[in-house]
Amino acid sequence: MTLGDPAQPPRRVDRAGLVVAALLAGLAAVLVWDARGLQSAAMYGMGPEAMPVVVASGLALLAIGNFIDALRGNLPARESADPLPVVLILIGLALLIAIIGFGGGFILATSALFVTTSAAFGRRAILVDSVIALVMSTLIYLAFDRLLTLSLPAGPLERLL
Amino acid sequence: MMDTFAALAHGMAVAIQPMNLLYALIGVFLGTAVGVLPGIGPALTVALLLPVTYKLDPGGSLIMFAGIYYGGMYGGSTTAILINTPGESASMATALEGNKMAKAGRGGPALATSAIGSFVAGTLATIGLAFLAPWLVDFAVRFGPEDYFALMCVAFVTVSATFGDSPVRGLTSLFIGLTLGLVGIDKLTGQARLAFGVPELLDGVEVTTLAVGLFAVGEALYVASRRHHTEEKLEPVRGSLWMTKEDWKRSWKPWLRGTMFGFPIGALPAGGAEIPTFLSYSTEKRLTKHPEEFGKGAIEGVAGPEAANNASAAGTLVPLLTLGLPTSATAAMMLAGFQQYGLNPGPLLFAERPDLVWGLIASLFIANCMLLVLNLPLVGLWVRLLAIPQPWLYAGILVFATMGTIAAKPSVVELSMLAGFGVLGFLMRRFDFPIAPVVVGLILGPIAESQLRRALAISLGDPMTLVQSPISATLLAVALIALLAPFVLKGLGRFKANED
Repeated sequence: MTLGDPAQPPRRVDRAGLVVAALLAGLAAVLVWDARGLQSAAMYGMGPEAMPVVVASGLALLAIGNFIDALRGNLPARESADPLPVVLILIGLALLIAIIGFGGGFILATSALFVTTSAAFGRRAILVDSVIALVMSTLIYLAFDRLLTLSLPAGPLERLL
Repeated sequence: MMDTFAALAHGMAVAIQPMNLLYALIGVFLGTAVGVLPGIGPALTVALLLPVTYKLDPGGSLIMFAGIYYGGMYGGSTTAILINTPGESASMATALEGNKMAKAGRGGPALATSAIGSFVAGTLATIGLAFLAPWLVDFAVRFGPEDYFALMCVAFVTVSATFGDSPVRGLTSLFIGLTLGLVGIDKLTGQARLAFGVPELLDGVEVTTLAVGLFAVGEALYVASRRHHTEEKLEPVRGSLWMTKEDWKRSWKPWLRGTMFGFPIGALPAGGAEIPTFLSYSTEKRLTKHPEEFGKGAIEGVAGPEAANNASAAGTLVPLLTLGLPTSATAAMMLAGFQQYGLNPGPLLFAERPDLVWGLIASLFIANCMLLVLNLPLVGLWVRLLAIPQPWLYAGILVFATMGTIAAKPSVVELSMLAGFGVLGFLMRRFDFPIAPVVVGLILGPIAESQLRRALAISLGDPMTLVQSPISATLLAVALIALLAPFVLKGLGRFKANED
């Protein structure tokens, strides 16, 4: 993740902008590569491969547009960003996905996300937050799984209820 | 004319059934409660509450939606006034004057003029919707596939290029959405596109996963990354809640003018509530007898833009219901709500399920009345919601956001997509790319493609069919002009700047 320097003078090559342009060009290439594997079954008109090529052309043009913007450096100014909270929340999401994936259930998964997010926003009372998270996600589970009959994944904790 | 009244009366009969009234009430309440949370605009409110309506029948669910929609709008303006964090750019004008009023101890009248103004504008605009919709439907039934395709092109361009700060960045967002729309099985030939052998991707990208990822997860990441910049300050509501005679005198004309700006611009397939709110703000600033108060908390500056915002929200329902064309992120989420029942808004829906469409329109009136009755007395409760500490607030938002996806599809792939879209939303916010065009591109891209392919199949592959229909030719010309206009204007602007 590139984090902008607030003191950056205007009219300088914007590196993040160059990355955006490169990503767009890469996406266009993926689209074309994927479309090559499609067979056009349509007798008349356009087959399934036409639209990806159209979108890819658009992306390629936009890659050029973003490239020019980045070279001229006329992108809006960015404020400095703190990467640590972002990483913490992403860890929380990864924990959530892992717990759901390994059958740990809804309550544990969302509690993990709650505690890491809360820590990302500056809370340091992890024990208190864990209790709050467990109580809250249990209530949500009961309300949505039992009352509204949405099916939420069950793990060891849910089976105790 | 009489047909409209008959249809509306029929819709009212649907909407005032006790169960439907209850759905509307729950919708209004939930919509306001979620919309009032800082950083959550109406689009995210609708996206977050979509799973709640999964198990209802379509009629009840759409009625609840009407409530959520208006409730979310109202909640957003409360936040704008009391903590100066507009959840969306359309509330920016409200935050400008409303927060100053709250700081000066006039938060009560600011909330009141925004509530009553929203009611007036919402009611007038819904009447406009009821009368304009049947007329547009009559027109739209004559649309062939090529005309629909051209119409979507207009929507693509206006949503992404014409009204943003930078057409290049707006179009980039749109094309990311179009790319996501390609993922999955091609409906006509059954071949998988961009699925990379992952079975979960064959069904395509879920609109709700994308919207919740971009809006909720992205917003949480963004706010967390720049927590050290902003100190939010909640203004307590001091003094009387009620408007004085002077306040009424200064408010009613801005309400009506705001409605006049908001509804027509919202009803155009151009979308965006920013233009009418800012038009209304600058008009009120010019017409006011108290120009010295502007920038320091002028009530006209809250009354007008709030009315314009609500009227344009009702206006965007015109293209959504009659043509199936979403022109704002919120409208795109409403369309996703229809699609979860396999319903496609458009002229056919008016003919096939009039009870549904007119029940929804009638519910808009009812939701509006409920909001007026509910919100002013309950303002204390909403203020308390605003006081939830930020760490718990965003932790709770993320739990709710992931819950929707977990309930719909509890798979690792789907949740990873949610997280991925969250990162995308964060980066787009950070590098100033607009979010709404991505959602609109995902929803409209596949529809535009199938209309285009249908048109070309009918014409035996002759692309001239696109310009032979007068409707399609006109619309394509409009799209082209709208696409080129910002570049030309920018060029002129640069020319002028050089001259100085």
